[in-house]
Amino acid sequence: MLQAAITKRFPAGAESAGFTLNVEFEARPGVTALYGPSGSGKTLTLDTIAGFIAPDSGRILLNDRILFDSGAQVHLPPRDRQCGYVFQNHALFPHMTVRNNLAFAASRLPRLERHRRIAELLDRFRIADLAGRAPHELSGGQKQRASIARSLIAKPQVLLLDEPANGLDATLRADLHSLIREIRQSLAIPILLVTHNPEECFALADQVLIYDGGVIMHRAAPLELLRNPGTVDVARLLGGFNIYDAEVIALDPGRQTSRVRLLHTEIDGPHLRGCFRGDRVALCARPEELRITARPGANRIRADLTRVTDRTQSVQADFGNELIVDTPRADWPALKESGERDGWWIELTAASLRQIARTTSPYLQK
Amino acid sequence: MLIDWFPLWLSLEVATAATLISVALGLAIAWLLANRDFPGKNLVDAITTLPLALPPTVLGYYLLVVIGRSSWIGRAWEAVTGSPLVFTWRAAVIASTLHAIPLVIKSSRAALESVDLACERAARSLGASEWRLFWRVSLPLASRPIAAATVLAFARSLGDFGATLMIAGDIPGRTQTAAIAIFDAVESGNTLTARVLVIVISILTAAVVLLANRLERKRVAH
Repeated sequence: MLQAAITKRFPAGAESAGFTLNVEFEARPGVTALYGPSGSGKTLTLDTIAGFIAPDSGRILLNDRILFDSGAQVHLPPRDRQCGYVFQNHALFPHMTVRNNLAFAASRLPRLERHRRIAELLDRFRIADLAGRAPHELSGGQKQRASIARSLIAKPQVLLLDEPANGLDATLRADLHSLIREIRQSLAIPILLVTHNPEECFALADQVLIYDGGVIMHRAAPLELLRNPGTVDVARLLGGFNIYDAEVIALDPGRQTSRVRLLHTEIDGPHLRGCFRGDRVALCARPEELRITARPGANRIRADLTRVTDRTQSVQADFGNELIVDTPRADWPALKESGERDGWWIELTAASLRQIARTTSPYLQK
Repeated sequence: MLIDWFPLWLSLEVATAATLISVALGLAIAWLLANRDFPGKNLVDAITTLPLALPPTVLGYYLLVVIGRSSWIGRAWEAVTGSPLVFTWRAAVIASTLHAIPLVIKSSRAALESVDLACERAARSLGASEWRLFWRVSLPLASRPIAAATVLAFARSLGDFGATLMIAGDIPGRTQTAAIAIFDAVESGNTLTARVLVIVISILTAAVVLLANRLERKRVAH
């Protein structure tokens, strides 16, 4: 298990704003995704764990081994940390063949084991027939596999992946994902995955840490996150949520329902905690949870279609005002016809609406 | 009349020795400047640049002060080897080294600093010591610009005049290098010797510069 509490300040310079990384988390064996916008401190977190950058204060423990402890003045050099690091640009040594890249990493293994270990990983990552090639002769996906293989040679106790899917097309990304899943299955080590692709979090992660501005705003299992992002900020960062500002009209705690005014329409709302009549609350719903109809009715809001986007599995219709609806492709032609004839009414059921905190994450107030 | 080839051979020998020393010492200093922060780093940087900027005679004067027969280095040398350091071919090597080393330090530092940081970090993370990282990763990746600088350093040591004259003197058959021999030949009206040496040195230097340019242009394919 990896336990990290890291603070690192970068004072404002002449041409740069200051930045402070202040994070604390635990990563058990399995995939922990570090998700967030560029410049939020995700890669910096990996760099402090790997030992490339010393935090100002904090503690980093890997299976009860102290990698860094500001109190005890411990800062192990990168070579003694047993961290496998896969760099964004792969960082394969350009002047060595693939085999020599792997051999470079194997130098600390017992002599007899070296050859066997290199052959094993070349084989496992399907690069055995490329072993004699130079890195510049490899494709993006091959480089990726070679670089992951190299990082695993010395049996690291944690694997750090810095945006590994960057620059890969859909097929290669799917390959990479199954590779990461396989590593997750076969090695019981924590895997930290830096990404700014929410799909990647949902596809691979056991735990998602949401970064913004140098802090972890939210942490949750991916499905939990999909169900309830917790705060408006996290919902915005993840994307794919319709976010509403609603006014509380009536509360019925007994029946666990409410009435809210949303987009100038009064509708049934979910059970709302910690608020009174007249308060404003933030609600969110996912596009696939909204329904397009051609008739007015309860919990339906009149809308005008502004844009239609074809997605791989669905059609996404945008009615403005955070009324984005995903509809199965097969249903769309009929809906379109009736909508264009009779007008559009979007149904938001009380069950699909979830209350989220309006501003910052509760984790920040801890 | 016969041309005395001794100055040319001496020059080549002195330049070779000076280049070897410059590269060994220069790489070490360049590595320190590129990889380590220490107090007085800017001072070291400035001092290693100084020989490029100072007039050669000034450099030669300083050398006389530092390694002359009355300095402690000069006396120590004389005590150990039994002969003075100044006005020997060894002094010429020292002068040439000083003349050439700033070039090696500057280029090597730039080359070492331009090595992909991710590659160096990868090497460290994979368990490499700084020593192994330098020999197996940094140096090979920076080898072309360093080789180019080495070749230019050779050309520069071949051509040193002022500093060499000041501390090695102009003793024909012992410390008279080609550059000094040309000056001597012109002074004494020996035009043939001057011309031949000038032509040979020019061709040699041109070849060296061409080689340096070639080395600099071809980069390791990534």
